[in-house]
Amino acid sequence: MGFLSKKDAKLISDPLSDNNPITIQVLGICSALAITAELEASVVMSVSVLFVMGVGNVVISMIRNIVPSKIRIIVQLTVIATLVIIVDLVLKAFAYELSKTLSVFIGLIITNCIIMGRFEAFALGNGLWRSFLDGIGNAFGYAVILIIVGFFRELLGSGTLWGIAVLGDPIDKTGLYALGYENNGFMLLSPMALIVVGIIIWIQRARSKHLIEE
Amino acid sequence: MAINTEKNSYTLMFAIGLVVIVGTLLAAVDSSLKDKIRVNKLLEKQQNILYAIGINANQGNSVSFIAADKAEQEFKKYITKQIYIENNNVIEDKNAYLIDVKKEKALAKDPDYSRKLPLFIAEKDEKKLYVAPIRGKGLWDAIWAYVSMDENMTIQGIYFDHKAETPGLGANIKQRFFMDDFIGEALLDSNGNFKGVNVSKTNLDPKNNDKYDNEVDAIAGSTITGDGVTAMIRSDLSLYQSYFNKIKNN
Repeated sequence: MGFLSKKDAKLISDPLSDNNPITIQVLGICSALAITAELEASVVMSVSVLFVMGVGNVVISMIRNIVPSKIRIIVQLTVIATLVIIVDLVLKAFAYELSKTLSVFIGLIITNCIIMGRFEAFALGNGLWRSFLDGIGNAFGYAVILIIVGFFRELLGSGTLWGIAVLGDPIDKTGLYALGYENNGFMLLSPMALIVVGIIIWIQRARSKHLIEE
Repeated sequence: MAINTEKNSYTLMFAIGLVVIVGTLLAAVDSSLKDKIRVNKLLEKQQNILYAIGINANQGNSVSFIAADKAEQEFKKYITKQIYIENNNVIEDKNAYLIDVKKEKALAKDPDYSRKLPLFIAEKDEKKLYVAPIRGKGLWDAIWAYVSMDENMTIQGIYFDHKAETPGLGANIKQRFFMDDFIGEALLDSNGNFKGVNVSKTNLDPKNNDKYDNEVDAIAGSTITGDGVTAMIRSDLSLYQSYFNKIKNN
């Protein structure tokens, strides 16, 4: 990243590896469990969070010097909620089909603790450009895990990817199903999302030993 | 900065200022987009009704409506008559598709209120199809459907939708494999009594060869959404039976 200083580049790369919001900070687990049964839903949620987090971090950073600290949490919530409602309305007016796919997640964005976490921990103390990078960096870190989990849950749970059957037809017994393979319906339930996230955490810590707590 | 942000008066002023700014902003965005959103919703309803009578752009396993800009024109072409049923009276009204089923259902809790039941009569390939909008409860929020039937109350097409069912589970009611299962299912039993269609977990006919068993296969992991579909069909479509009895006797 030539146009970013080393310190700025770390804001993007850290959340993707050693400081991932889901696997290291264990934030945003709720939405990671709820919506990862399908790959498409994971991607759509990731894009929405990317937008809200990028813009939200900038807005919070802009008003960081005038926000009374007593009500800063409420201010943060108001900013998130406002952005989310505007996105929702604009989508409904100009991209109605997409807004229907998103409907469930729009509300979930407001409750995503990563967003509040980054507002509180970073945007309130840093400038615009760095806050923006931090926002999209963490959103990418969140997205990576969501997409990995969504990929495995949809593939093993429904035998499809992005709604397209990739393993054959389970009722007509074609493709892999002809060999006696069955979809694992358990993959579609939330506990399996937790187990998949757990496996990712395991792999990550096995590879970089310095992440293991004493 | 010279402002003391810790003072109570400042905090209060900040809060008021924030509410005013955010409120104005949201009100402005909402009112400037309101008409567009309303038109989108109406077109969607027309697309849904057309989907139920088989006018769609499905390819492979996809669920696709005809293009939104064509919806109005096609709707006029196929839907020959719009009626609503009130107290067993049939009233013709070319704006019956504007009747809000959600509102009617809520008002119907009052025993003195006579619910308006909209029904759209379509003519397709020389066959008459009757499309009824129905509404019920899923696991998280509302579910609804447009059901097209022939005069024997046999389902000819169906479109399900939901507000907030779980993706990958309950949300699958709007997938082809679930919706297409209903096509050809009879709502009446062999004696002509209303039975509806059961979304059944103990269905022994997963390929749905038997169209007169009043059963379709449920989706694993979405029991409550499936039960909601069963209940919605039973409670809402049964209200139309007297109308169908009448047209059959004529």
